[in-house]
Amino acid sequence: MSEDIVCDVAIVGGGPAGLAAAAELRRLGAGRIVVLERTSAAGGMPLTCVHSPFGLREYGKLMRGAAYARELVERADREGVEIRTGTAVFALHPGGVLAAGDAEAPFTVTARRVLLATGAREAPRSARLVSGARPLGIFTTGALQNFIHAEKRLPFRAPLVVGSELVSFSALITCRQAGIRPVAMIEAGQRTTARWPAGLLPRLLGVPLLLDARITKIAGGPRVTGVEIEHAFHRRSLDCDGILFTGKFTPEASLARLGPLAVDPHSGGPIIDQFGRCSDPAYYAAGNMLHPIETAGFCWREAVATARRIYDDLAGLLPPAAGAIPIEIEAPLSYAVPQLVVPAPAGETRAIQLRVSEAARGRLCLRAGDRLLWSRRLSALPERRILVPLPGESQIADARRLRLTLEPAGGGKP
Amino acid sequence: MVSLCFDVAVVGGGVVGCAIAREFALAGASTVLLEIAGDILAGASKGNSAILHTGFDAVPGSLEARLVAESHALYLDLHRKLNLPLLETGAHLVAWTEDQEAQLPAILAAAHENGVADVRILTAAAARRRTPALGPAARAAVEIPREYVIDPWSAPLAYLTQAVENGATALFGAGVTDGRFDGAVWRLQTGRGEVRARFVVNAAGLYGDWLERSLLGASRFAIHPRKGQFVVYDKAASKLLDTILLPVPTSRTKGVVVCPTIFGNVLVGPTAEEQDSRADSSTDEATLRRLKAEAERILPGLAGMPVTAIYAGIRPATEEKDYRIFADAERHWITVGGIRSTGLTAALGIARHVLGLHGGAFTPPPEIVWPQMPNLAEHLPRDHQAPGRGEIVCHCELVTRREIEAALESPLPPSDPAGLKRRTRAMMGRCQGFHCAARLSALVDARLSVPLGAGPLS
Repeated sequence: MSEDIVCDVAIVGGGPAGLAAAAELRRLGAGRIVVLERTSAAGGMPLTCVHSPFGLREYGKLMRGAAYARELVERADREGVEIRTGTAVFALHPGGVLAAGDAEAPFTVTARRVLLATGAREAPRSARLVSGARPLGIFTTGALQNFIHAEKRLPFRAPLVVGSELVSFSALITCRQAGIRPVAMIEAGQRTTARWPAGLLPRLLGVPLLLDARITKIAGGPRVTGVEIEHAFHRRSLDCDGILFTGKFTPEASLARLGPLAVDPHSGGPIIDQFGRCSDPAYYAAGNMLHPIETAGFCWREAVATARRIYDDLAGLLPPAAGAIPIEIEAPLSYAVPQLVVPAPAGETRAIQLRVSEAARGRLCLRAGDRLLWSRRLSALPERRILVPLPGESQIADARRLRLTLEPAGGGKP
Repeated sequence: MVSLCFDVAVVGGGVVGCAIAREFALAGASTVLLEIAGDILAGASKGNSAILHTGFDAVPGSLEARLVAESHALYLDLHRKLNLPLLETGAHLVAWTEDQEAQLPAILAAAHENGVADVRILTAAAARRRTPALGPAARAAVEIPREYVIDPWSAPLAYLTQAVENGATALFGAGVTDGRFDGAVWRLQTGRGEVRARFVVNAAGLYGDWLERSLLGASRFAIHPRKGQFVVYDKAASKLLDTILLPVPTSRTKGVVVCPTIFGNVLVGPTAEEQDSRADSSTDEATLRRLKAEAERILPGLAGMPVTAIYAGIRPATEEKDYRIFADAERHWITVGGIRSTGLTAALGIARHVLGLHGGAFTPPPEIVWPQMPNLAEHLPRDHQAPGRGEIVCHCELVTRREIEAALESPLPPSDPAGLKRRTRAMMGRCQGFHCAARLSALVDARLSVPLGAGPLS
């Protein structure tokens, strides 16, 4: 019979964010820290990413994903973090009470604070509403990595790769290693989403890269036999035995949605203030469940900062959540994290992190009511990190809401 | 196979065929079910809205009205005995326009005529008390308290499992290509060889008219395939809704329903699209976007909710609205055709009706076996909550390895990943296999005739 757990901080998810926060909390002396990891091994997504680079920011060296994941786990072990693998969390209850269970039995976790670090997943075909039949052989990169690296199996042999984010190119490398020959890589936009020189990779690997291309119909049964695509206003067919949908990450936030936490319709993750605190102040969140999608290094650093705020909170040193000011956005901005700012002295503050939904340029403006607090010229592409400095306490003391907008260049001058 | 002559051959392993096989097997008839695909539910029964109907909106006096009403009662009795889930949601049929509101009294009157006495008209405020998230344009509603939500796949699986455990035979890959009746016995040519039976029940669904034509020479009806597309929202959407929201129906279709599923999601659909193909259950983006927009008008809180799954089903509509059930005593043949949206509900009553039409007297087995179906419903205890659950393979739907093993070892094991999904829910969740597809492939591919993956890494 598995026993209930009472601890200082429970961390849901044993990926880079969760492990980094856990180690930092132990290092600070925050008491009993328990990481709940549902799979059989902690380490998270990097475990099945064999490619470099990982670890530059954290360990000052270039590492492959699996080695990086091991390093994270060892560091947390050395600090005395309790890592419970094979332990799933089924529900969040108000005040930091979790319904959990392991291979033996269900149990309850009662924590003074809970950190959610459940990461993100790629949007599958269904969520993209792609037209056509529903044959076998349609997967996401996450599944591909698990097929190749965890199970040593093939999901398909000659797939079409959809998307051109960083993860899409990682998928091409994995395909190459496994002897999978993608028939093409397609991207709906006019350029690859990931930065140069990633766009050179398909040519190096002999995979045609088609920009301005989208699937109009999937064909097959029982397995994929081909797709019809629209490429630069022309319809054409491609034979393939699978489709790999890459990127379009979405937070793993269903526990938050079904539980006591407010969720941001823009990011899809829980609403937090600049300390990482959720709408139920017993809960914090960090990592890619807040902002799909960032590098492991970014999540690691963010989680370390959040761990310090949780430590402050346990010591009664964090400003109360009441009086937080919401940050509102409008298109083409797709999300801004944090969504709330508590007027507080500048400490080790985080920036506001933004994304745009489409290529856009103009002047990015942060206003409190009609008052311009900050602005700068911006030329932005989707899936690229944009940071806005968090306004100081005196700047927003009397503000009721903050507003982030991208305005035509030339506008927004004080 | 050749040496044996069955009392009854049921052609078609949809929900209706499964229920008919069960009815005859429990009556004591030696029964064979012939299914062309590798598993049950390969045709029309694969995709529906999973509602246990009362028949309140059926055409009064029709066979469908009578059989749906009888079946509702039969299911309420049976679900306990077979451990099938039931979600007692009730339904609200909502009027969104003045014109629709004007039709509610007639809907109420028809419900009363159909013997559904517990319906009543609600004000918009009363409907909103039950569903606070209801869209602002709602004007009034009819409450139908006994419209419920069930599991569309474990119910037919339970029917055929019970048939098999009480002596019936189920043959897959057994499409009927030809047959001859000699005045006493049918010799059916199937994908699994010749099958002999004294009586044939045509429950071939989307292919029912073809079977009639090829074996009887003519069909009294023609199938007009009608596709219905569906969108399944994330389980988080279940906070918005705990009842079935029906539209005011038109003469052609019951319309787009927004309802909870037994698995804890919210389902929207179906569309009603006439098409020639009996097999093309593809979805299309423009239609799914319209469906989503419609759902978000009915329940605005659905906007921004992640979509978990999309699918389409094909209903075997005919030129008439009512069921096409005929007995040909001379040729030892019963036709069960044109069973559309209400088939999941009505299957039990249809089966009983067909046994009656057959009229034969059999010797029932001395003791009836009652298989217990594994529970997949969200509101009832699942295997992962039981002690010693071991590995969870699918984390979105919380499917344990031992549930997967049990499905593979069951009397009617899946032949492909779709069958495994319907039996266990593995990969049916929000990540659609992002996390578990590879693990599942490693666990099950060697035991499926159609594997999930493309084999081991060379």
